Amino acid sequence: MSEPRRATPVEDLNLVKLSKIYGGLAAVDDLTLTIPGGSFFALLGPSGCGKTTTLRMVAGLENPTSGQMFVGAQEITDLKAYKRPVNTVFQSYALFPHLDIFENVAFGLRRRGVKDVTGPVERMLELVELTSMARRKPGQLSGGQQQRVAVARALINEPDVLLLDEPLGALDLKLRRQMQIELKRIQVEVGTTFVHVTHDQEEAMTMADTIAVMNQGRIEQLGAPTQIYENPATAFVANFLGQCNLVPGQITGGDGDNAVLSANGFNFSVPRSRIHAAGSSAILGVRPEKITMYWADEPLPAGHNRLEGTVTDVSFTGVSTQYLVKVPWGQELVVFEQNLSLEELSRRGEHVQIGWAPGHTFALDGAEDITAGMGSHVVGA
Amino acid sequence: MAWLRSKLLGIVAVLVLVYLFVPIAVVAVLSFNDPEGKFNISWNEFSLSAWGNLCGVAGVCQSFILSIEIALIATLIATVFGTMIALALVRYRFRGRGAANSLIFLPMATPEVVLGASLLALYLNLRLPLGFWTILIAHIMFTISFIVVAVKARLQGMDPRLEEAAQDLYASPWQTFRFVTFPLVLPGILGAALLGFALSFDDFIISNFASGTTVTFPIFIWGAAQRGIPVQVYALATLVFALALVGTVVGQIVSSRRRRKLAASS
Repeated sequence: MSEPRRATPVEDLNLVKLSKIYGGLAAVDDLTLTIPGGSFFALLGPSGCGKTTTLRMVAGLENPTSGQMFVGAQEITDLKAYKRPVNTVFQSYALFPHLDIFENVAFGLRRRGVKDVTGPVERMLELVELTSMARRKPGQLSGGQQQRVAVARALINEPDVLLLDEPLGALDLKLRRQMQIELKRIQVEVGTTFVHVTHDQEEAMTMADTIAVMNQGRIEQLGAPTQIYENPATAFVANFLGQCNLVPGQITGGDGDNAVLSANGFNFSVPRSRIHAAGSSAILGVRPEKITMYWADEPLPAGHNRLEGTVTDVSFTGVSTQYLVKVPWGQELVVFEQNLSLEELSRRGEHVQIGWAPGHTFALDGAEDITAGMGSHVVGA
Repeated sequence: MAWLRSKLLGIVAVLVLVYLFVPIAVVAVLSFNDPEGKFNISWNEFSLSAWGNLCGVAGVCQSFILSIEIALIATLIATVFGTMIALALVRYRFRGRGAANSLIFLPMATPEVVLGASLLALYLNLRLPLGFWTILIAHIMFTISFIVVAVKARLQGMDPRLEEAAQDLYASPWQTFRFVTFPLVLPGILGAALLGFALSFDDFIISNFASGTTVTFPIFIWGAAQRGIPVQVYALATLVFALALVGTVVGQIVSSRRRRKLAASS
């Protein structure tokens, strides 16, 4: 565990108006993005959103149709892949099957003419806890071990940017959780910029400091995991990062910090800082775990948004209970309740009230498609 | 009846093997014969005279060595070009790739007599003196196709991401080939080269057209067959077969031992 943080400062990665067109279709569409040096950055999106193409362009394995790429002040747009200060952890690892683990890890150093590779390779194998495997061939290692070799093989070159292409996709759920923590530990230890491409929103939120949600070759929203989860700017982001209740309506007024959004004849208050609508037409949004269920005659905290409804479905999931509540205009809202009390659960057909704090409400632009990003949602996969 | 049914597969298998190996066995047995007349056809008496004096018949060893020379040179050249062609066809997209892909099959599909006759016409038109070089050119030409096909199959089975990973790890295109592509494709190249050697060594039809007065081993045998094949030919043929057999067995043992070692250590 003695691999020191790198001596030289880590440079930012800058993508400027980057596009990649395949047969008239833009896989990456005019992408401008700054990835701060030393950060753990996730490019999150469904398959075909352009995240892997972006990664391959940064690695130099794909030529952009237009645009530029910089690492610090150095332009890398036209640099050959083997001359870039960038290394990749490939999906399914792409370890060299004819070389043992030691030689796999030493590969980059040898190609750059480093004379003494033994010390660095041993330190790197120690970092990923594979010292005893040095003379094995990749085929003799488990998936998790191969994954760590792939990370070591890339990191030993002290790249300015480490690219990870769905690095945990081939692992089972338990191992994946373990590797998420492991990768985070390694990133903190070496201090290099990690750019992690994934379609798994939980993985992205668990690991990254900053997430860029990509859709159809563009970035929908960029920010810290909590920020984009709690205050999504588009329906796609709201739906892709987890379940969400969305109700179309109108902004009709308000006072001070809160605006009033009325939908189907009911008024809700929304903090102005959480409104992403350009005009008065807006979509009310609230995540299921923010909503609390109350008995029909129970008082609600003052100022909370409130609705009445009928429970149409109850599913007990262990950590929480998931309810569907049919509200007066016929829509079924999703409510997650933590299983805190031993009291009887609400039953199907029961009349209840639901409420949530205005601070947990957000509003999207009225022109958004409320189903965007739903089909591509991944539930803890 | 039940006994027969349960053993049927085994019996058929043995019969097929006998069918395959009887001709070779006959050659091997007759190489130890001391024939009564000119024709080494029926068993007369055990003798080691042919084995003790392999070159005892005029021309037999010259033709044998010539065939080995041609096969080695043709295989070497065809393997280098064939591997390059296979790499180009599998790894690169270029205009005419589809056409090249199907044209490479043509020499394999063309009957050898036709190929030989047209080659002869070509050589005569170009006024090339028939002999060693015309045979060599012909052999390189027809072995390349087989080598391309064999190497291509191996390359297609290789994950292109391995080459990308090499590039990503600072390997120039040449280093990528030298340290990743080549070692991974090498078994395919070796197999292709062996096939090429065998095809060239025993080719009679095309060589017969292209050789003029030059005599390769197959041509020597063909000529000798009219007048009675000398026992030395049987001995040399048995020798070639024995070498091939030893090579195969050693290869099998090495690869199965490696596999066992891999299995034991994992």
